Amino acid sequence: MKRYAYYPGCSLESMAASYNISTLEVAREVGLDLKEIKNWNCCGATAYFPVDELLANTLVARNLALAEKEGASDFVAPCSACYKNAYFTNAYLKRDPDLAEHINYALEADNLHVEGTLKVRHLIEVIMEDVGLDEIRKKIVHPLRDLHVAPYYGCQLLRPRKDHENVENPQFFEDLLSALEADPVEYPSKARCCGGSLIITNRKAALDMVRKLLEDAMNHKADVIATTCPMCNVNLEVYQAQVNQEFGTHFSIPVMYFTQLMGIALGLKPASLGIGKEMISSAPLLALAQG
Amino acid sequence: MATELSFGDEIANMMYASHGNPIRECIQCGTCSGTCPAVEFMDHTPRQIIGLIRADFKDEVLASNTYWSCASCYHCSVRCPAGIDIADMMYALKRYSMWNKTHQEGLIGPAFSESFVKMIVGSGRSFEPQLAPAYLFKYGPQGLIKEAQMATGLMLKGRMPLLPKKIKGLKNFQRMVRRIIPIGESS
Repeated sequence: MKRYAYYPGCSLESMAASYNISTLEVAREVGLDLKEIKNWNCCGATAYFPVDELLANTLVARNLALAEKEGASDFVAPCSACYKNAYFTNAYLKRDPDLAEHINYALEADNLHVEGTLKVRHLIEVIMEDVGLDEIRKKIVHPLRDLHVAPYYGCQLLRPRKDHENVENPQFFEDLLSALEADPVEYPSKARCCGGSLIITNRKAALDMVRKLLEDAMNHKADVIATTCPMCNVNLEVYQAQVNQEFGTHFSIPVMYFTQLMGIALGLKPASLGIGKEMISSAPLLALAQG
Repeated sequence: MATELSFGDEIANMMYASHGNPIRECIQCGTCSGTCPAVEFMDHTPRQIIGLIRADFKDEVLASNTYWSCASCYHCSVRCPAGIDIADMMYALKRYSMWNKTHQEGLIGPAFSESFVKMIVGSGRSFEPQLAPAYLFKYGPQGLIKEAQMATGLMLKGRMPLLPKKIKGLKNFQRMVRRIIPIGESS
């Protein structure tokens, strides 16, 4: 029996609140018991590593230690950046006893200890592997027929390479969307970067990267871009207006979390999935999906 | 007799804590530069930076904005035929330039990272509005107004809390951090 320690991460408490809500709703619907880790701390995103590698690993390890203490078997993160950080710190802990000793010396000050025994997984992986497409198909109430969805994987879900993933041309997101009876479009940029934290530190570069992603989705006739990460979602959605300002474009492409699309297909109420919190309304497309 | 470390050795050492990183194995094929989504915003391409490090062109490397333009997307890392984790090397260069305070002036990355870490050490959680000084530093008051407008839009949608969250037991948490690095105390 798997015991899932759920690590929402900071974004899911603010800008990506709808990702958190829809994750919990969908998890309940498909019978995944996600138990939020008590008193978790920020994983550091991409900002600790430029300061200190050991500190960055220690802060991630604290969350792993809390989950281990709670008796979890799997550590589940819906954010690709949190997932990537937790995955690698966990792997280093197992591989490098010297690093583990340093980290545990620090954790001791917080009365914690880490072993690195958890399985660290992204939410979409848990849904694909532990729930499975057959089970999802059985539960579909509103098939997302004729909805053209760009499956945007982004970076850190796939990279750096962890163990089994296809880093160049993954297909699992398309498979999930097909199971919801949506129509995943060909999206060559599906694993290109959204700019991540460059949206703050190098706005010009990030807006250019977002523009390319939006353009590609539009050229492939996507009605919506589906995401698996709060940072991707915020860059593509919240900054779309700034892209238009900067480049004189007229993008207005809704961006939704894969859990929101799943929730709609499962017959959950849009409001219970945080739909309505977006800056680019997804209402027209929901009418399409449910019409 | 101790010999002085080359710049390449120094950088290699910066990447040792988690895993080794064979930058000496680079064959200068340029796959990284061709893959990088931010390359047009960099002073030097990733391939050039590795070449410069290996040739001990320290001043050029330290004056470059390249590593602070890296988005950590790891596309180069998974494609490198020599097995170099180039994105991780960029992190090492960021650390080097922060520790030695050698980074190019006017970059927001170092200020952002520093305020981010101070924020986490202070509360255990991240809270976007606390990063405002970093914006101000780069984009000026007007930029800050633009950010504030966007933040207001998010707030109206229930996507921006008014108050930061804090973890419980901060004292122990901070003791833990101090066992690694005394950040936020010296400066």
